[in-house]
Amino acid sequence: MIHDKKAHKFGMVIDLDKCTGCGSCMVSCMSENNIPFKEDESNKLDTLTWMRVFKLTNGKSFPDTEVAYLPRPCQHCGGWGDHGHSPCVSVCPATATDYGYDTGIVSQIYTRCFGCRYCMGACPYKARYFNWWDPKWPEGMENYLSPNVSPRMRGVVEKCSFCYHRYQLAREKAYAEEREIEEMEYQTACTTACPSGAIIFGDLNNPEHKVTQIVKPDPHPDAMNKHVVGKSRNPYVFRLLERLGTNPKVYYMSEREWVRKAGDNYLEGEWDKKKNHHGSSSSHG
Amino acid sequence: MDSALIPEGVKRCPLPKFLFGLAIVSAVLLWGVYAMFLCWFKGLNQTNMNDYYGFALWIWADLAVIALGGGAFFTGLLKYIFKVDELKNIINFTVIIGFICYSSALLILAIDIGQPLRGWFIFWHANVHSMLTEVAFCLSCYFAVLTIEFIPNILENRQLNKVGFFHHLAHNMHGVMAIFAATGAFLSFFHQGSLGGVAGVLYGRPFAFREGLLIWPWTFFLFTWSAAAFGPCFSLTVTWITEKVTGKKLVSDKTVHLLAKISGWMITTYMVAKIIDTIYWATVTAPSMGFKMSHFYSNNGFYGYWILFAEIILGGLIPGLLLVFKGTRENPTTRLAAIILAGIGVCINRWVMVLQIMAVPVMPFDTWALYIPSWQEVATTILPVAYGIILIALAYRYLPVFPQEVELNTPAKTAAE
Repeated sequence: MIHDKKAHKFGMVIDLDKCTGCGSCMVSCMSENNIPFKEDESNKLDTLTWMRVFKLTNGKSFPDTEVAYLPRPCQHCGGWGDHGHSPCVSVCPATATDYGYDTGIVSQIYTRCFGCRYCMGACPYKARYFNWWDPKWPEGMENYLSPNVSPRMRGVVEKCSFCYHRYQLAREKAYAEEREIEEMEYQTACTTACPSGAIIFGDLNNPEHKVTQIVKPDPHPDAMNKHVVGKSRNPYVFRLLERLGTNPKVYYMSEREWVRKAGDNYLEGEWDKKKNHHGSSSSHG
Repeated sequence: MDSALIPEGVKRCPLPKFLFGLAIVSAVLLWGVYAMFLCWFKGLNQTNMNDYYGFALWIWADLAVIALGGGAFFTGLLKYIFKVDELKNIINFTVIIGFICYSSALLILAIDIGQPLRGWFIFWHANVHSMLTEVAFCLSCYFAVLTIEFIPNILENRQLNKVGFFHHLAHNMHGVMAIFAATGAFLSFFHQGSLGGVAGVLYGRPFAFREGLLIWPWTFFLFTWSAAAFGPCFSLTVTWITEKVTGKKLVSDKTVHLLAKISGWMITTYMVAKIIDTIYWATVTAPSMGFKMSHFYSNNGFYGYWILFAEIILGGLIPGLLLVFKGTRENPTTRLAAIILAGIGVCINRWVMVLQIMAVPVMPFDTWALYIPSWQEVATTILPVAYGIILIALAYRYLPVFPQEVELNTPAKTAAE
């Protein structure tokens, strides 16, 4: 059960060894969140892909080539020290993107965003997208739009919300029934759509939730980098660009060393040092 | 035909010739206005910006014109607060240049935002943590100050000045101008700085991020310093262009040499600070995030070490030193080379701090993104240049902008000098 008296901290862990790169998460996300699309979606620099699957390779030639797929939703960063000053939230001049201290979710208020795109420049994960065009769907497809998610107008920024409307629905139902919401009552669309079960979603503040049991987040600041909080104590779990101190709530998991290494930038020799001192290897700060 | 409007004692070209020149520039202006309306009505899909390049040509142009317009606040500060009286001979012109630059910056911002009708949200829903909020407030306030500084010059037009109220208003505004100059310098410190802060606070972007003092990254101070240093060079460049176009000497060599000397020292000291900042960033800040300096200057088709050289050496140290040494400062050719190089240098700095930041990949598996602006972006960026030329032409023709013009262009006196 989700303990309502304590603030939630929703997050996910994605098992990259299970991900096949099928793209179901991307499709379900677009469908769930009323994301429009263009006639030609081949230019990935201006398409709306809240969830985007990156292809990673180990850089070796055949027969040693290995491939991994990395689904990248908004990382819902807690910012330096996990205080809620996410890279994007702290720069938005009109408070159009906000950090929910009760959920840990970074929201986007479409009707307040005036499209300056500073948040896009601030996000190192490139998880924010601008509506360059008016939203359009093929004829008849408007009938399939979700009534729970507002479509966005041209000229504003949008991004993954961890399917916040699903949280609202679950919370309202639980409130009406005078109970707390269950772990499986609030799951994101990508989580439920993943055929290989690679995405696990839940409350990182709840030790009963599977995501917390896998990640084992360290509540204390990292010894080598005071900005980093919530680092995983699982040696196979990592976060993207953890050294920047953005403190994402999306964790990744892989038994393959090269995949874990691809999650961050390292100077020569630093990775070996990190391998030998897991849990206290970051140096920034 | 319009001789009654032209200041007394000066010569201007015939009206048809003036109107012909104005028509050519207006055609360019209309091209820009057309592109501007395309962006407003059809949206930013008219540009070549994309989700990797949320900030592009316009934001560079915005930062560049604000830096180049920095001559207004710094010259005002020197003239009215530090009582460098010699600068009275160029202060009107620096104010006009500043007015053009800042009004252009505001216009560019109005085109750049995705929802122009919501532009006021930046004031209404202000996020005090955002550097862009600080930019918006200080920029708007300083533009108001520049307008106040420009008004007395407008009221000194021969016909307007005949109206008693306008005459006294202009006179009294001149009397209290020190207060506005001080206000302008204060606001400029913060808006120039906050523009630097826009990039410096991006802790998710290792190419941009800088440590700093309290809430202000070092780029905050570097931007203010560079605007004060390079802005006067742009004022001198525009003065030189105006002199060449009109065929007249408009500002005395003594004033030009003084402003060039101040600018030279400001540029040189700024470059020392900039070099220290760059070395610290390259050896401490970026490596602490896992990046070697070479990451930012390799593996792409455009950004190499040449841009660092062009900014720091070619557009920084060289013009700075050329203006510091008396021989090169007072030689018209080397001085001209210096002020032009300085203008290019500060523009490269602003380019790097806007576009290169967007181009550099941060995730190890991501790639460099390069972009070429669309014609609509180019047209709207040229628009302020055309607008500036028109405003300078009108001001030069109808307002007493250069107090030394009569003196410097009277044959007897010129010969005596």
